[in-house]
Amino acid sequence: MKILVPVKRVVDYNVKIRVKPDGSGVDTANVKMSMNPFDEIAVEEAVRLKEKGVASEVVAVSAGVAACQETLRTALALGADRAILVNTEVELQPLAVAKLLAALVAKESPQLVIMGKQAIDDDANQTGQMLAALLNWPQATFASKVEVDTGAQTVTVTREIDGGLETLKMALPAVITTDLRLNEPRFASLPNIMKAKKKPLDTVTPEALGVDVTPRIRTLKVEEPPKRQGGVKVADVDELIAKLKNEAKVI
Amino acid sequence: MGHSVLVVAEHNDETLVSSTAHAIAAAKQLGEVTVLVAGTHCGGAAQAAAQCDGVAKVLQADAPELAGHTAEAVTDAVLAAAQGFRAIVFPSTAFGKNVAPRVAAKLDCAQISDVIRIVDEKTFVRPIYAGNALATVTCDDQLLVLTVRTTAFDAVAQRDEAAPIESLPVTFTGPKVELVSRELTQSERPELTAARVVVTGGRGLGSAEQFHALLEPLADKLNAAIGASRAAVDAGYAPNDWQVGQTGKIVAPELYIAIGVSGAIQHLAGMKDSKVIVAINKDPDAPIFQVADYGLVADLFQAVPELTQKL
Ligand SMILES: Cc1cc2nc3c(=O)[nH]c(=O)nc-3n(C[C@H](O)[C@H](O)[C@H](O)COP(=O)(O)OP(=O)(O)OC[C@H]3O[C@@H](n4cnc5c(N)ncnc54)[C@H](O)[C@@H]3O)c2cc1C
Ligand SMILES: Cc1cc2nc3c(=O)[nH]c(=O)nc-3n(C[C@H](O)[C@H](O)[C@H](O)COP(=O)(O)OP(=O)(O)OC[C@H]3O[C@@H](n4cnc5c(N)ncnc54)[C@H](O)[C@@H]3O)c2cc1C
Repeated sequence: MKILVPVKRVVDYNVKIRVKPDGSGVDTANVKMSMNPFDEIAVEEAVRLKEKGVASEVVAVSAGVAACQETLRTALALGADRAILVNTEVELQPLAVAKLLAALVAKESPQLVIMGKQAIDDDANQTGQMLAALLNWPQATFASKVEVDTGAQTVTVTREIDGGLETLKMALPAVITTDLRLNEPRFASLPNIMKAKKKPLDTVTPEALGVDVTPRIRTLKVEEPPKRQGGVKVADVDELIAKLKNEAKVI
Repeated sequence: MGHSVLVVAEHNDETLVSSTAHAIAAAKQLGEVTVLVAGTHCGGAAQAAAQCDGVAKVLQADAPELAGHTAEAVTDAVLAAAQGFRAIVFPSTAFGKNVAPRVAAKLDCAQISDVIRIVDEKTFVRPIYAGNALATVTCDDQLLVLTVRTTAFDAVAQRDEAAPIESLPVTFTGPKVELVSRELTQSERPELTAARVVVTGGRGLGSAEQFHALLEPLADKLNAAIGASRAAVDAGYAPNDWQVGQTGKIVAPELYIAIGVSGAIQHLAGMKDSKVIVAINKDPDAPIFQVADYGLVADLFQAVPELTQKL
């Protein structure tokens, strides 16, 4: 069984981003970029399925600028077997990414796509569901547990929902999106980082895949949110209660 | 703005989940509202939708296939209803986030996630980068799929008179998915996203026992919901659906009390629109104090019991 794992290059989660003064976007020049944390979890899950003998091959995919190759090398160092870059300078929106991935699925015929539930930059939380729709595959979003039954060709997934947990069972092929508690991703070891440099990384273009990636949504401006004023420190519990009663009037 | 808008209700068949009344409020700003209630034996929820202020019509899709409210089946229902609408609105909850993109892709239209303000019928404001930037975005597509952040739109009220309810036939063409089980966290407390007061515990609580022993009595006194940081959930102090933050729940109560929470940006993204924020932390430099109206630098194991007792 082959698993496709889309990975996105995003601003590292530790970076405090700055809005550009001209309101055109967020300043991403010279900031640390990393693999989207949910995608690390997706790679880890796929690699574990390979280590268990459930999967035969793990293919990482990233769509975007040439620098996404670094993200793909990280995926390879974590245990993916090979990688595909869909190279474009165009600003990619979720529907476009989903269409690119659907075109790659048609070429690669994976039985499972495991990807992040949301990218921490744009926070759209769309791409996996869109991909499942385009392929008319079942979807299991926000997964905290994945069990593949290769004999029956099914997957059983526990999902984090608003009221608690829910378990779904569906036939393969399927799309799974990862939540935080699915696993704890490993760190890439130095030897594996070296090995990753030799693993195959192919490049394709949206044109070659026959996908129109023209953005549908236009960003008119990007602003800083209203800043919250830090308040005061209170000396003790009595002062806190007094403030909440008399000043804030919330209790 | 005089377009027709379809709101996809989140419900439990018997009645609506509170998020739906917020989604209707947002949709009202765009035009005339029709609500789709898709489920099994969901007449109760359809009736509740019909009595929401601002609703002109309810479509009830009632079929055994819709029993689990799975994305695949609900998408088929939405596609059966979608004709003629200019926008399809979902609450930005686990339910809405699961279904909306599937609908958008089926209709080949863009989705705008987590709308917090409607500028005009095709222009919206949404947070990006964990709420550290607000993007104003626009889209010229003839149909738009939106998810709306429930805390950004006040819920519509219930009224006595009811809008007409029509039954909607659905052809199911999506893949079949079996709902094996659902484990819902049982709680007598107010729902986290709707509570007037939220008490949140972080890693500082140290263990599941201490988390509950300290926070439950305080929450009881304040009739509060209990939230948790990701670290507290990961450590098993609290169930996953209590997580507040960028990748958990977004809350905006009157009073938010953060206890033993450092205030990472991912956590702040979920609570910084609260009206009054209190932080109790022993580290005077913890970032949570930068957003707290009232900060108490103290050992929580002393301060919290004292607070509970004196309230
Ligand atoms: C205001 C704004 C400004 C933007 N600015 C830029 C910009 O300057 N440059 C730019 O390139 N894009 C830009 N974009 C596009 C945006 O950053 C995302 O690439 C796109 O919207 C996808 O959304 P998402 O990643 O949040 O999707 P989500 O649906 O949240 O992503 C979920 C999962 O999909 C997969 N995935 C998503 N994208 C990719 C990808 N490219 N390759 C592989 N897997 C992927 C990952 O597994 C990810 O975890 C902008 C978008 C907006 C709205
Ligand atoms: C992709 C991604 C998504 C994430 N999403 C979320 C999210 O949605 N929500 C979220 O919360 N986090 C999220 N995080 C995690 C976030 O970055 C932080 O790691 C997390 O919020 C820290 O939780 P904490 O404040 O409980 O723990 P810590 O940062 O460890 O803070 C514990 C605090 O308790 C204080 N403390 C300890 N003992 C005492 C005592 N006796 N008395 C008083 N104070 C005490 C300490 O001073 C410290 O400030 C995410 C991270 C990533 C990478």
